[in-house]
Amino acid sequence: MWVTVTVNGERVRRDVEPRLLLVHFLRDELGLTGTHWGCDTSNCGACAVWLDGEPVKSCTVLTVMTDGHEVRTIEGLDATGELDVLQRAFLACHGVQCGFCTPGMLMTARALLDRNPDPSEEEIREAISGQVCRCTGYASIVRAIRWAADEERRARTATEEVGE
Amino acid sequence: MTAIGRPHDPRGDTEERPLGHGRMPRKEDARFLRGRGQFIDDITRPGLLHLAILRSPLAHARIVRIDTTAAQAHPKVKLVVTGEMLAKLPGLATPARGANQATASDASPNGRGLAWMPTLADDVQAVLATDKVRFQGQEVAFVVATDRYAARDALELIDVEYEPLPPVVDPRAALDPDAPVVRDDLVAAGKPGPPNHCFDWEAGDQAAVDAVFARDDVVTVRQEMVYPRVHPAPLETCGAVADFDPIEQTLTVWCTSQAPHAHRTLFAALTGLPEHRIRVISPDIGGGFGNKVPIYPGYVCTIVAAWLLGRPVKWTEDRYENLVSTAFARDYHMTGEIAATRDGKILAVRATVLADHGAFNAVAVPSRYPAGFFGGVFTGSYDVGAAYCRVTAVYTNKAPGGVAYACSFRITEAVYLIERLVDCLAAELDLDPVELRRRNLLRAEQFPFRTATGWTYDSGNYEATLQEALRLADYAALREEQAQRRARGELMGIGISFFTEAVGAGPRRHMDIKGLGMADAASLVVHPHGGAELRVSCQTQGQGHETTFAQIVAEELGIPPEDVRVVHGDTERTPYGLGTYGSRSTAVSGAAAALAARRVREAARQIAAAMLEVSPDDLRWTKGSFHVAGDESSAVTIGEIARFAYGPDLPAHLESGLRAELSYDPPALTNPYGCYICVVDIDPGTAVVRVRRFIAVDDCGTRINPMIVEGQVHRGLTDGIGMALMQMIAFDELGNCLAGSLMDYLLPSALEVPNFETGATVTPSPHHPLGAKGIGESATVGSPPAIVNAVVDALRPFGVRHIDMPLTPSRVWEAMVRAGIATHAGPPA
Repeated sequence: MWVTVTVNGERVRRDVEPRLLLVHFLRDELGLTGTHWGCDTSNCGACAVWLDGEPVKSCTVLTVMTDGHEVRTIEGLDATGELDVLQRAFLACHGVQCGFCTPGMLMTARALLDRNPDPSEEEIREAISGQVCRCTGYASIVRAIRWAADEERRARTATEEVGE
Repeated sequence: MTAIGRPHDPRGDTEERPLGHGRMPRKEDARFLRGRGQFIDDITRPGLLHLAILRSPLAHARIVRIDTTAAQAHPKVKLVVTGEMLAKLPGLATPARGANQATASDASPNGRGLAWMPTLADDVQAVLATDKVRFQGQEVAFVVATDRYAARDALELIDVEYEPLPPVVDPRAALDPDAPVVRDDLVAAGKPGPPNHCFDWEAGDQAAVDAVFARDDVVTVRQEMVYPRVHPAPLETCGAVADFDPIEQTLTVWCTSQAPHAHRTLFAALTGLPEHRIRVISPDIGGGFGNKVPIYPGYVCTIVAAWLLGRPVKWTEDRYENLVSTAFARDYHMTGEIAATRDGKILAVRATVLADHGAFNAVAVPSRYPAGFFGGVFTGSYDVGAAYCRVTAVYTNKAPGGVAYACSFRITEAVYLIERLVDCLAAELDLDPVELRRRNLLRAEQFPFRTATGWTYDSGNYEATLQEALRLADYAALREEQAQRRARGELMGIGISFFTEAVGAGPRRHMDIKGLGMADAASLVVHPHGGAELRVSCQTQGQGHETTFAQIVAEELGIPPEDVRVVHGDTERTPYGLGTYGSRSTAVSGAAAALAARRVREAARQIAAAMLEVSPDDLRWTKGSFHVAGDESSAVTIGEIARFAYGPDLPAHLESGLRAELSYDPPALTNPYGCYICVVDIDPGTAVVRVRRFIAVDDCGTRINPMIVEGQVHRGLTDGIGMALMQMIAFDELGNCLAGSLMDYLLPSALEVPNFETGATVTPSPHHPLGAKGIGESATVGSPPAIVNAVVDALRPFGVRHIDMPLTPSRVWEAMVRAGIATHAGPPA
């Protein structure tokens, strides 16, 4: 089946098997190996990407379902060439160990901050509860997301002051 | 709720950044944050084929017939292989072997070709089953196809006829005279003893212990406890890519390996190709925790497929395969007994253990210690005069493994045993568990301390660590709060554990794996522009070696860690060593790196002396440069020395360049330790346990990067919560694995773990060049008993003395029902 999908802003058209999972399409067809595969059952979140701005587990999305839609992956997070504030936050707060959960974690965290710029710790933990990390114990990731929220608020305030 | 603290801000003054040890962000994060890590499934090669493995649906069955005709007819299939075919392959070397080539028959057990392989223990394991299957999920055949979906499709086309056999599932029944025989292959080869008996191991002085228990002036407590079968479940499963060059007769294997050099030697023994024709590359590893130490049949299948087809082949297991077939951990069924005076002085400890090793003994432990370090350290952190343990290991129809999951070679089980026993004794004596521990903890002046079973602890100041934990927890206030809550009918528990680890194996004369002494090496080169390259034999799985090891060199040479590149995970680019597990990296490779750097510094002194035309003895070292004593303006930096070292003006008596390579043979184990306090609340209506607080004070000696150390502790504490409350690889009576997905095998999410409260004391190891002890497994080892102790403490007023892990709501509820504070109809009104 032919699908046309926009991945990280770029339109791609491919002939794929109807059963091809999005995670395998991204990894094997497009070479976007930043999206990882971890469990097959939507439990671990290593494969989380955005579908039309909403985080989804790409191991349980068929590629054909993305026809005409937009997908964003970790490779699109720093598309401007500059690290996203969340990426800087994960570096600052030791939110990365083995790095396998990191892309999915970042995509989910970005979606959280986009709709809730000032999340509480409980809201952060709830938001990433579908993302398994076997290394950090989550505390540093929770801290990183909060750090990023503070950083973005500071940046917004600074912009507003300049605007005044 | 603990406030979210502001972390160290790396964008701050560069002056705050350490030139050596200290808190700094990790160098490797740059690629991981962008999704640019190179994990095993990210490796690709031109013409890559995909391998998939057919696994047994039954725990125990005779293979009557395998029909692969339909699979072979699949248009995308290139190869289908069964055990019978592997048995006919003697090895991968060309027929005319050079004298210096390994012979496959050395390792090919009983002349069964490549159908069997040696395990890391003194046993063999089927690569693909030939005669019968011995656990559910065992490898039966493999398919290679042009894409991963087609390979899976073709597995469905293989028709296997099984004759089911009764399985051995309960290890307690394995030695029954009428038990089904798991390893008829070993029995046929003349294995003595009961057919399912694997080994016996004992340590300590049985008579001395018996004498104490026979005294009528001692209080004794006996407790049975199970450390259930669990699985490390790294987020990345295991896999391999193999590529064989038939012209050069060279094999390249990318695989998820915590020990690339050891794996290469084992691949050499198995295939008959010598090491110099094999390159093992371990790329970025998505978590290991011991799961990636053993050799798996999948690796061997991938290698064989690449050799047979002359094309690169990839195998990546799925989550089911990872959980049901790769190294499990624990499965220790223990009976502990402790004897003490009435005022709480512990006199003796006795442990009787039944160990379930599954269908093949594939434990990864130093060969002289088949039960790991259990027997050396099961007296814990206490001054115990007499101790004896006996471990009996048995075969069952379950997956092989046994030593994995950050266990420090079975110290997890030992620490759990003694820390539960001490709490049981405290209940018996009606003493506070902290007070009982305080009366028995080793005192600072007793170090180096020799345990009752003859092991030596290098250093410690346990009282200080205990005090720090009590202070951070505000223990007295917690007990007051508990009394108030109890009065209101709430179930709050406080648990403590004090653990002592033994990590950093060797020394090599005592510790080897398959005859390979447990040493690790480092090779350090300083280039003409002053940057350094450190090559180490250990392999990171997320521990941050590229940062920590750069900091070790930076500290010794006084150059920025950014200028030190750490190379690892490739047998062609690194010196030989045994790899990363058992908290060995900083303890062994870290020592090698430090000593190599010191050797480079001494070489630099000779060169600097030539540059400054003085005697080397007249030079003084300040971090990063040598100067003539009394004249700091004469200083030459490591960079300047390096440039000179490669230049034309270097005197003839000095060797060109600036480098050192050495292997470090640890003189002894190091002994990290710690004190953990856990606070739990049990919901009286649902029996759900919530970990409200967790206080962890670790002493791992010198901390090279405290940020990374804390991260390691956080990981282990989360492991502990998972093991104590959620995780178990369970089986039904037919040997069906009931934990084959992450829907059934529960890993902690962000909702189950609190914000950990960590603390530190620093008691350097006296024999490690940096005073460092290792931290990778401390929290996994030390935290489960603190959590169980806390839950039991909550229920102690109702007579509960022990509940076996995992403390799921149903298990806690059962205990509450037995204690009369809940009924199956619901909580009492």
